[in-house]
Amino acid sequence: MNTSPIQSAGLTLLLLAAPAFASPPEKGPKGEPVAQEGLQVPKPPFTEGVFPCTACHDGKQVKVNTQRRELAMHSEIELKHGPESRWCLDCHDANSRDNLHLASGEKVDFTVSYKLCGQCHGDKFRDWRLGIHGKRTGSWNGPKQYLLCVHCHNPHAPHFAPLKPMAPPTRPENIKLTKGVAR
Amino acid sequence: MTDQLPMPLQTGCEPSSSCDSRREFLGTAVAAVAMALTGCGKLSKEEFLQHNFRELSKDEVQTIIARLESEYKAKYGKTVKVGTEPAMPGVIFGYALDLSRCIGCRRCVHACVKENNQSRNPEIQWIRVLEMDKEEGVNLQHADQYYDPAEVPREGHFYMPVQCQQCKKPPCVKVCPVGATWREKDGIVVVDYNWCIGCRYCMAACPYGARHFNWGEPGLTPAEVNPDTHYLGNRPRPKGVVEKCTFCVQRTRKGLYPACVEICPTGSRKFGNLLDAKSEIRQVLEHKRVFKLKEDLNTQPNFFYFYGV
Repeated sequence: MNTSPIQSAGLTLLLLAAPAFASPPEKGPKGEPVAQEGLQVPKPPFTEGVFPCTACHDGKQVKVNTQRRELAMHSEIELKHGPESRWCLDCHDANSRDNLHLASGEKVDFTVSYKLCGQCHGDKFRDWRLGIHGKRTGSWNGPKQYLLCVHCHNPHAPHFAPLKPMAPPTRPENIKLTKGVAR
Repeated sequence: MTDQLPMPLQTGCEPSSSCDSRREFLGTAVAAVAMALTGCGKLSKEEFLQHNFRELSKDEVQTIIARLESEYKAKYGKTVKVGTEPAMPGVIFGYALDLSRCIGCRRCVHACVKENNQSRNPEIQWIRVLEMDKEEGVNLQHADQYYDPAEVPREGHFYMPVQCQQCKKPPCVKVCPVGATWREKDGIVVVDYNWCIGCRYCMAACPYGARHFNWGEPGLTPAEVNPDTHYLGNRPRPKGVVEKCTFCVQRTRKGLYPACVEICPTGSRKFGNLLDAKSEIRQVLEHKRVFKLKEDLNTQPNFFYFYGV
């Protein structure tokens, strides 16, 4: 696996980029792109203390290095999102660390990361906008809140994580007979 | 049985005394006899003589709601609001469930119990999640509702939650001998718990196992009571009546999503107005492969299953 050091590097970079955000950059509570979509989207789920990325990636403490490599930082990120062909700076912007960028190079906020995801996952993106994919809460005939892709899918390992199921129903034979209960 | 004397004995009167009317006396007498015959010690005269919910005037509804609320207050020690919101005009509720997303975590099952004041002991659950073999497809012969692995989804399985399908031709309504259950204008099949006689014909008729019977006094502690209720929905039930999913009528008639939709961590559950072309449910019906459970029975559910992939 000649790519493994690079993967690790990517992971590290991702970690660096992700963990720096305490509160993401916002264009007001309803960022402009969000308003365009007519959707209310909660803040991105940053790892605590990670945002803004520029707290470390200010071009002085950490020099920009666009070489694909294994990173010393952000080691908790395991890239399971097409690691062969992808690394940190494919999504994170090297020069504007508090942003992501599209394939075109256009910078996008973390609050509208669905635009980035939608570049490859167009079918899911369309379903998400129609309300077919993803979770909506709020009011069926009024304002709703939509989750971002990254609320359910860790962008670095997007497979939906398994959960422990809640308790199964009681089998009929195990239902205790309660006698003498007041009617 | 004797700790709570039924109301009629206190409010009634002797034939010789200054009774307001013959009707009142007869009512009291009938209630007393019924109480003696049936042993329904807690049944008040008002409750015994109460009519089917659909036949009540506004005043009568108000009186009944006030009575229920005071009964609940006495029983649970907290204020329980019993709503009577009618169906919204121009709304028929529809539901769709994404079988390719559901992971069988049962968050919906327990959120439903919490929201809808089901008996906790024994626990009544309106949603039953079936674990099925991927190799078999939707085959109820290969379904297990008691699965309990450490983590879901399990390899080679998919999960199919089943609850009331809110049929357009509900067999449960058809068989009810007293008209205690009916389909509302917004498509929700409801039960008048005060009119239900507990014969359980509806349970036998329902092909989805969606109706549940209170065999005992519902075990519901005051702390567990959700005080925001609806007469036809989640108000605490008495012993001996049938209950079922109402699409959380107390929530959805106020514009909220049902509790199961709100809780689902995978976003598998879609809910909305079938008459609104822009609603999520209509988008699902128009863009996805959709099927109805046991469609061959012609129950015509407003509950759909689909594959989101």
